[in-house]
Amino acid sequence: MTTIPQTTLTSAATGKRSGILRQTSSILVLLFLVLFPLAATNFVTFQITMLLVYATAILALNILTGGSGQFSLGQSAFFAIGAYTSAVLVEHGGVNYLLTLPIAAAVCFVIGFLFGLPALRLSGVYLALATFALATAMPQLLKLHYFEPWTGGVQGLVTSKPDAPFGLPISPDTWLYYLTLALSLAIYAAAANLLSSRTGRAMMAIRDNEIAASAMGVDIALYKTLAFGISAAITGIAGALGAIAVQFVAPDGYTFQLSIALFLGMVVGGVGWLPGSIAGSAFIVFVPNIAESISKGLSGAVFGVLILLVIFVIPRGARQIAEFLQATIEGKRGGA
Amino acid sequence: MELLTNQILAGVATGSIYACMALSVVMIYQAIDHLNFAQGEMATFSAFVAWQLMQWGIPFWPSFVLTVIVSFAAGVAIERGLFRPLANASVLTNVAGFIALFAIVNSVTGMTWDYTIKEFPSPFGSSQFLRSELINSHQAGMIGVTGVLLAFLYCFLGFTKVGLAMRAAVSTPESAKLVGINVGWMVALGWGLASSIGAVAGMLIAPVVFLEPNMMGGILVYGFAGAVLGGLSSPAGAVLGGILVGVFENLIGTYVPGAGNELKLPIALALIILVLRFRPDGLFGRNVVERV
Repeated sequence: MTTIPQTTLTSAATGKRSGILRQTSSILVLLFLVLFPLAATNFVTFQITMLLVYATAILALNILTGGSGQFSLGQSAFFAIGAYTSAVLVEHGGVNYLLTLPIAAAVCFVIGFLFGLPALRLSGVYLALATFALATAMPQLLKLHYFEPWTGGVQGLVTSKPDAPFGLPISPDTWLYYLTLALSLAIYAAAANLLSSRTGRAMMAIRDNEIAASAMGVDIALYKTLAFGISAAITGIAGALGAIAVQFVAPDGYTFQLSIALFLGMVVGGVGWLPGSIAGSAFIVFVPNIAESISKGLSGAVFGVLILLVIFVIPRGARQIAEFLQATIEGKRGGA
Repeated sequence: MELLTNQILAGVATGSIYACMALSVVMIYQAIDHLNFAQGEMATFSAFVAWQLMQWGIPFWPSFVLTVIVSFAAGVAIERGLFRPLANASVLTNVAGFIALFAIVNSVTGMTWDYTIKEFPSPFGSSQFLRSELINSHQAGMIGVTGVLLAFLYCFLGFTKVGLAMRAAVSTPESAKLVGINVGWMVALGWGLASSIGAVAGMLIAPVVFLEPNMMGGILVYGFAGAVLGGLSSPAGAVLGGILVGVFENLIGTYVPGAGNELKLPIALALIILVLRFRPDGLFGRNVVERV
């Protein structure tokens, strides 16, 4: 039985537990995200773009784990499939990069759905095992010489950075940033809606008690596979966006370490809490930079220690901190 | 015909390493119902410990024994310090714990011994075994050491008091507690044994694949494939599954044109998916029925 304690998605996702504090902080974050490229350098803009890309990928994992109670260690594989789909289509098919995004989503959805089908009928351990194998095998799959004419083998593929359309007077980096921001906000809204819909409630019923859910008529295998497919599709979009922003795909960029990072992002952000995805993403973008500047190879250890810290000390991650802050501020206001 | 025999023997040799990994995964799985994703990294770390001991001038076999002892202690310590407190936590928390362990061990190995590839000596040499053209002496050594290890485990788990207590603690923890077995320590002992078996596998495969921090990543996937093929609920099945996977891998590499080294992991992946699809309990596993 895979139950995740203390994660009630409905309240956070639909915003029923509204508070002025919550709304103001959301608006502040949004304002910051919209306005900051005006003041930032291209490199910082690029970094924040990647932060949004990873946040989207973590969101996808959150839908799977927080929503339906399953976990995947193979998110890096779907990220890679999305990235390669986009890069190959742009380089060899001459397809417009914007069009590659829905194609990447569709490809990942189908692969995720098919991959999930055998493993999802079984317990969570088997899914973890199968996805672990998928993540470990993915770099080697991408290097296969059968695909080399398209994928570029070990060397990978270099793509060109798209310019801003309609002659907008902004740099390509800024344009990509706004594109990523718009898409990740749309995906966020769609994910929040999904989780509060009939489908989302069915998924959460499975998460909380599989047997009870099936007794109520929820088609367990269908919803589990669906959750896996949707999660893979969103991860694919994130991967494609990442490939467009980085302008480069190579097999060794998508190893199991990326799966670890995304998993850490979810755990740090708080499992099942969608806004936590962005906090988790900030962690996995900036912590390695700091750690690697101290010692090469340190970031893995820091990631590991952080995961342990979260599961032992603050099991609900950033959500717990956010709620604590909220309680403190409101408590002061109440006392005054 | 000679090529076939040759490839099957070579397959049994690498398969015995997969069998060790599969066995250590299954031992921990039976004890705590979770898969140890860090098993490969722990084995790599053990191999590096052995390498370091040899760098300090200790001969191979004393280093081997010392490493097995150190790995045993480390396995027990990990269980006591990390997974005992998580015993009643959710599956997700446990998976997170294993991922954390994976990241930490991998990173510490890399930081301590850096990422360059190192040569690991073989105590058996690489000449032809008994002047036969079929198998070289290191491959024969891998099969031999694994055989001795399995015989030892068979006797230990089947005929000693501690071994029987371990099996009792794993199969029916409540009843075992009632007859006075310290179940918690038995689980820790299982961790120690699994960690030692992994260390042996790491030290035997290191001369073949060369020593570097990520060396066991792919081998663990093969171990998983072997464990799934044999059945996660059957240690003997896991051993046989591991050997079968090794033979299968070698035969495909030899007889399927174009399928060289680069298809190794995809084959393991396909094998895992096929077994899960058509025979999820493995060849020798039991179907576990859960009470509502």
